[in-house]
Amino acid sequence: MTTPSTAIRFESVAKTYGDVRAVDRVDLDIADGEFFSMLGPSGSGKTTCLRLIAGFETPTAGRIMLHDSDVTDVPPYERDVNTVFQDYALFPHMTVADNVAYGLMVKGVDGAERRRRADDALAMVHLEGLGGRRPNQLSGGQRQRVALARALVNRPSVLLLDEPLGALDLKLRQAMQIELKALQREVGITFIFVTHDQEEALTMSDRVAVFNQGRVEQVGTPSEVYENPANTFVAGFVGTSNVITGDLATRLRGAPGPFTVRPEKIRLSAGGDVGTEGTVTEVEYLGMFSRYRIDVGEQVLVAVDQNTEAHGERPARGQKIAVSWPESSCRPIALTADGETDEQEPV
Amino acid sequence: MTTSTSPLHRLSASLYRRRRLRLGLLLGLPVLWLVGVYGGSLVSLLTQSFFRIDTFSGTVDRSPTLQTWQQVFTDANMAVAGRTIGMAAAVTIAAVAVGFPLAYYIARYTSGKTKSAMVLAVLIPLWSSYLVRVYSWKLILAAEGIVSWASGLVGMTGVLGWILDLPVIGGPSLSTSTLGQFIVFVYIWLPYMILPIQAAVERVPRSFLEASADLGGRPATTFRRVVWPLALPGVAAGSIFTFSLTLGDYIIPTVIGDSSPFIGLAIYSQQGVAGNLPLAAALSFIPIVVMALYLTGARKMGAFEAL
Repeated sequence: MTTPSTAIRFESVAKTYGDVRAVDRVDLDIADGEFFSMLGPSGSGKTTCLRLIAGFETPTAGRIMLHDSDVTDVPPYERDVNTVFQDYALFPHMTVADNVAYGLMVKGVDGAERRRRADDALAMVHLEGLGGRRPNQLSGGQRQRVALARALVNRPSVLLLDEPLGALDLKLRQAMQIELKALQREVGITFIFVTHDQEEALTMSDRVAVFNQGRVEQVGTPSEVYENPANTFVAGFVGTSNVITGDLATRLRGAPGPFTVRPEKIRLSAGGDVGTEGTVTEVEYLGMFSRYRIDVGEQVLVAVDQNTEAHGERPARGQKIAVSWPESSCRPIALTADGETDEQEPV
Repeated sequence: MTTSTSPLHRLSASLYRRRRLRLGLLLGLPVLWLVGVYGGSLVSLLTQSFFRIDTFSGTVDRSPTLQTWQQVFTDANMAVAGRTIGMAAAVTIAAVAVGFPLAYYIARYTSGKTKSAMVLAVLIPLWSSYLVRVYSWKLILAAEGIVSWASGLVGMTGVLGWILDLPVIGGPSLSTSTLGQFIVFVYIWLPYMILPIQAAVERVPRSFLEASADLGGRPATTFRRVVWPLALPGVAAGSIFTFSLTLGDYIIPTVIGDSSPFIGLAIYSQQGVAGNLPLAAALSFIPIVVMALYLTGARKMGAFEAL
C-alpha cells in the first residue's frame, strides 16, 4: 500500500537495452511536494528513471505508481507530469507565448483563458512582455525559463527536470538554483531534478538519491548523504572523502573496519580524539581554503583548511605536521565492489 | 619569422594579402558562365519573343512587335499551359503523399547502414538513363504489358477496364492514358521529393516530439502542430523540383499518354518542325513566369532554408 502522500513510487523497476541494465531493480518513494534530486555520474540510470516517470520509456520489469495509480503503461500524453528538457525543446516555429500555451491548447482550453494563464506563467519566471518573441531571439537563461513556464502552466502534479541548468554559465546557474528552489516552495509541486552536479543536488534538494550503475546507492537528505555516506561510492561521489582501511584503521582506532573522514574535519594539529603525523606532499591554494595531501605512511589523506591564518603560517610542502580529528567524525562505511572513490571538488 | 623566396611562396604571400584578387580567381569562371552564357541566353530568348515569323517566307522578321505574344494567349496555348500546370500540381501532391511517409521513415526509424541503404535505394534510379526508365514504363503500362497481365491473373481486368474508361484520365491502355503519364511522372521525380523532406525531418530533434507528447499532445496532434510545420520547408523544396521538372518535361508526354501537347512539347515543335523561333521563345516564358510565382510562394514558406 502506498500512502496518499506518495507522489511517485518505483516498485523494483528495471530497464534493459539488450545486455545493458540501464536501471537495475530500483525501488523509490518520492513524497508529494518534495524537491527530490537524482544524482549520479553519466550512465548511472538517473535520466532513464526520469524518462520512465515521464513515459518516454517503458520499464522492462516492475511498476511505476503516480499518486496511487499504476502508470507503467500509460502514454506520456495521459500522464499528469511535465518535463523541462535538457535542451529545453522549445518549438522554434512558435512564439514564446504559443510555446507556453501549447499544453493548454492541445487540452482544448479556450483562447482567452489560455493567454491569461500563459501570461501568468511567463510572469512567474520573470519574462513578462517577451511572449511575442521566438525562442531563437532569447538567451540561454531566458529559454530555460520559458521551458519552465511551459511545463508549470499545466499545473502538473510532478515536474521533471532533466539537468536543466547544465547549459548555463556558473553565475546564472547559481542564481537559477536559488530561484528554482523558491519557485518550488511557492507552487508546492513535487520537483524531480536530475543532475550530475553534487553541489547542485545538495544545495537544492529535500532528499537526494545517489545513482550508480543503474542502482540507487543511497537515499537521504543532503546532510545524511554527505555526513553518513552508505558506501565508498557515495562518499567519493558526493564530495571528497578519506576512506581509511586496513593497517591505518587498525593503528588509529584499533580495528581494521573501514571508515571515512571528510577532509574538512581533519585539523592540521594534534589534540583530536584520533590523530597521527605525516608529511605534506601537495598544497593547493583555492582562495577561501587550501587543500593538503598528507602522507601518513600507509595512505595519503586529503585535508582542507580555511585560509584564516589564525594558527600562523600555513603548512608548506615537505613539512612534517600532526593531523587529528574527533572520533565523532569517523563514519563506518561499506566498500563498494569497485572500491572507487573519485576525486571530486570539495563542497 | 622565416621568409621564403621561392616564386610559389611569393605568389601565395601576395595572394594572401590581395583579398579582391583571390575572390576574382574564385568566382571568375562561374560568374562568366552565369552572366554570359546563362543570363545571355535568357536575354536573347526574351528578345526573340518580340520578333515575329513571316508566314510566307518562313523567315524571322526582326522588327519589334507584340504579335507573337498575342499568339501565346490563344485558347489552344492556354489549354496546353493549363494541362501542364494541372499535371505538375497533381504530380507534386502525389509525390508528397508517397514521398513523405517514406522520407519520415528513413529519417526517424533507420540509422547507420540501414539508413545509407535506404537513401541509396532512393538515389540509384537517378544514376540510370532517364530515357531507358521512361521506355521501361511504356512496356510496363502497355496493353500487353505486365500491369494488364497481372491484373488478368488476379481477375482485375474489369477494374482496369473501368479505370481506363474514365473520362480525362483514361485511354485505350495505361501507356496511352493521362493516368499512365501521371504514374510515370510521379515515379521519375519522386527521389527529388523524398530527399529534401528526409533532410528536414532529420533536423527535428526527438525531444520536440517528446515535449509535445509530454504536454498532452497525442501522436496526431504532434504531427499536425510540430512535425508537419517543421518539415514544411523540406516539402516545399521537394515540390519545387517535382513541379518545375514536370512543367518543363517533353519526353514523358511524347512517350506515354495520348500525345496531347504539354508546354515543353509545344516549345519543342515550334522551334523544331515549325521553325517559329519567336513563338517558341515566347512560350518558354510561361513556365518561367509560373515558376517565378511558385518560388515566391515557396520562399514565403521557408523552402530555401531546407535546400
